[in-house]
Amino acid sequence: MIEILEARKGQIFEKGTEGTFDMACDKVSVAGSVSQRACVFCGSRVVLYPIADALHLIHGPVGCAAYTWDIRGSLSSGPELHRLSFSTDLREEEVIYGGEKKLYAALTELIGAYHPKAAFVYATCIIGLIGDDIQAVCRKVSDEQGIDVIPVHSEGFRGTKKDGYKAACEALFRLIGTDEQSIAAPHSINILGDFNLAGETWIIKEYYKQMGVEVVSCMTGDGRVDEIRRAHKAAMNVVQCSGSMTYLAKMMEKDYGIPFERVSYFGIEDTADALYKVARHFNDPAILKNTEELVRKEVSRIYPEVEAYRKYLEGKKAAIYVGGSFKAFSLVKALRHLGIATAIVGSQTGNREDYEYLEEICDEGTIIVDDTNPLELSRFMSERNVDLLIGGVKERPIAYKMGIAFCDHNHERKEALAGFEGMINFCREVHGSIMSPVWQFSPAKCLRAQKEEMEDANSIRQAAHS
Amino acid sequence: MQTQSVKLHTVKKTAPSFVSTRNACKLCAPLGASLVFRGIEGCVPLIHGSQGCATYIRRYVISHFKEPIDIASSNFSEATAIFGGADNLRIALDNLTRQYRPAAIGIASTCLSETIGDDVRSYIEQYKAANKGVEIPALIYASTPSYRGTHMDGYHEAVRATVISLAAGGPRSRRLNIVPGFLSAADLRHIKEILDDFHFSYTMLPDYSETLDGESWSDYQKLSPGGTPVASIRSMGQSVATIQLGGSLASMDTAASYLQETFGVKAVTLGIPIGIGETDRFFGALEEMSGRAMPDKYKKERGRLVDAYIDGHKVVSGKRAVIYGEADFVASMASFLDEIGIVPALCATGASIKKFKEIVSSGLSEGHKDIIIRDDADFEDMLEICRSIGVDIIIGNSKGYYLAKNLSIPLVRAGFPIHDRIGGQRILHVGYAGTQQLFDRIVNALIEHKQSSSAIGYSYI
Ligand code: SF4
Ligand code: SF4
Repeated sequence: MIEILEARKGQIFEKGTEGTFDMACDKVSVAGSVSQRACVFCGSRVVLYPIADALHLIHGPVGCAAYTWDIRGSLSSGPELHRLSFSTDLREEEVIYGGEKKLYAALTELIGAYHPKAAFVYATCIIGLIGDDIQAVCRKVSDEQGIDVIPVHSEGFRGTKKDGYKAACEALFRLIGTDEQSIAAPHSINILGDFNLAGETWIIKEYYKQMGVEVVSCMTGDGRVDEIRRAHKAAMNVVQCSGSMTYLAKMMEKDYGIPFERVSYFGIEDTADALYKVARHFNDPAILKNTEELVRKEVSRIYPEVEAYRKYLEGKKAAIYVGGSFKAFSLVKALRHLGIATAIVGSQTGNREDYEYLEEICDEGTIIVDDTNPLELSRFMSERNVDLLIGGVKERPIAYKMGIAFCDHNHERKEALAGFEGMINFCREVHGSIMSPVWQFSPAKCLRAQKEEMEDANSIRQAAHS
Repeated sequence: MQTQSVKLHTVKKTAPSFVSTRNACKLCAPLGASLVFRGIEGCVPLIHGSQGCATYIRRYVISHFKEPIDIASSNFSEATAIFGGADNLRIALDNLTRQYRPAAIGIASTCLSETIGDDVRSYIEQYKAANKGVEIPALIYASTPSYRGTHMDGYHEAVRATVISLAAGGPRSRRLNIVPGFLSAADLRHIKEILDDFHFSYTMLPDYSETLDGESWSDYQKLSPGGTPVASIRSMGQSVATIQLGGSLASMDTAASYLQETFGVKAVTLGIPIGIGETDRFFGALEEMSGRAMPDKYKKERGRLVDAYIDGHKVVSGKRAVIYGEADFVASMASFLDEIGIVPALCATGASIKKFKEIVSSGLSEGHKDIIIRDDADFEDMLEICRSIGVDIIIGNSKGYYLAKNLSIPLVRAGFPIHDRIGGQRILHVGYAGTQQLFDRIVNALIEHKQSSSAIGYSYI
């Protein structure tokens, strides 16, 4: 039996069995755990990475940069500077005597060679210890080269991934408002928190275009420095993946008076909701009409296909373990469309509010976890005999070893899952994995099936006796 | 044979060298250490530092092996970075022991813990003292700051640390130790098969052939089964000899050199057996140590390989390749290419190794004038050099796809990591059998390239 550590018990909850819901989230991971979380740097990198015409220089020893080289599927319609991995690759001498000189030289040569529109300098763990004044170096290079060189304080140990999101938002905020010339339409928005994984930003932008809403900038999917500079001209911020970008939206609300809405583009309902929220915000009859038409057209286009998949998937059970909790909400709903019940759901970085909402929308008996680990996850998955896990790269082999189907829902995915057509891709992927004939050979799957059969037989026998 | 070093022609007009590393061709040290620890039975790796390092390393390794690999972290926070990691380490050891009931815990330090000067060795002593009378897992500690070395250094440091903490002396046995180096799971299985066929009893350290390439399970395993048993590691001090694969290791402090100095176990350094030359040397050493002739099975494999070399030689003859990766891997690969008539035009490693030129060129035949051998290289350097010297084929890990895409030439995937294909852990590189597979794949890649870049569509080639 896999034991749950005492220190972890406050982060696991079963709906309907344990009295009042009180998730002890927002905690640092227990020492010695195999958490699925990464670090502050990871949070910053996730948010800023899709800015395709900026230089992203990772200041520190080589690991942090090597492991993040081109790992995400954030697409660009133009420059692809973001897909290269730049590191100051600090060596022992620099760790002892400081890395400022090397940082200066690296920035200067890279800006000279690649002509980026701006540069981000990520401080990783070591920088926080050796005390490099990266602010000063950035200022100096910025003056000399005439582009923005922005330090991102993302030392891994200084908090969690969420603090990294914050640092990234602060970096973006420094760019916002630096272009006063351009103008934007009255019905214009910024898309916040979409990273154009597998081209998702393009799908969503197309919807807004059809609605008659101008997109000033997307932060940061298919991102461009110049778009970010004029983001303050937009009339509204539409925030998806709220975990990462709400902070920026709040700053923009405060300083520029731009209101924001939180949305999600996963699943039929949430996508439609998102578009309607924007349409209602502008309260323009033409936009409203366009939106209605768009939603009607798209839903009637995809509905038959979703229904066809539902026939196969009805009654299956799923586990969800993703980075942000907003994604989890949408997934619970999207699975419901397919007749799949969510037996286990969790996230790496949800906050109290998020978990309360999650509790509200989940069925009785659903296990809700914060910052789980492979051992716990595997235990819950076999207890609940789930048919599907939705998660990331690190969760995939856990599912497979246990004979459980898997859907990739992470930053490396290559299939667009957002919007209406994303829903179809999602259905295809889930169906393709759950219905695959290969599971017939999985020992774990067979064992669970046998067990279930026996339990069924037992209950029939018991019923007959009584 | 081919031992004299070649005269190296220095190409003047290749890429200026950059201060920064652009698309690194190396990984960090705790990654290598973690792999070693997962190659020990019942051992869980613990990376002493902040969470990101462990998570990124896990993700990177999982994407290659496609297996669950638990790597724990002591989860440094801001306070830990100021006051030191003693408490975190203690709590981590307690928690891991309770959750995994491991036979051993392999601790690898990070840049962070090293920079704050965390004295892990003394923490371990304190931990042992505090747990007197209680059975605790064997504790192994490898110092692996990445500003000092790459994943390969981390690998060898971890093997050495394991042997230092566990191996004991005693009456001399007839066993052999083998430290295979950073090879694929299929390679490890093949080497074991060869040793079995020579009737050796042996300890292979590490052995992740099962742990990182296992079967489908019937029940969730906390730690995937397989790996070198701790008990056999303990007896490594009694063996007759340690074979370590990797030419560069001869002059380094390694597990083998430690066992030789401390217990008189003879250290034998051989190149990674890729290509007929290196594999002949490997089998030669085994024949000598066992007093047995090469089993027929391998004679036949060798014979078929020679036959295949001849069948395919015209396709490869005079072609120019770029190869990269860990120094010893590149050295063996270069000598293999050389023996089939491919010019290893650019041999690169991301590590800073002064002797890299010497290591690589010692395996090459004479007469090469235009080979570039570069240490401390990254993929941008390589791309620029390739553009200026012209190459036909790329052989190495999947990160070379970047070169392949930019140069529109084929990439034959070998080594670690393979992130864009299935089965990286099953690529066989070593022995006559592994060389056979590499040779076939190289020839076929060149043929395929010719076929797909011709409008005619030859169906017989
Ligand atoms: S280079 Fe150092 S700090 Fe960076 S991931 Fe590797 S061990 Fe961690
Ligand atoms: S924890 Fe620190 S060193 Fe490790 S990956 Fe994150 S920033 Fe880099």
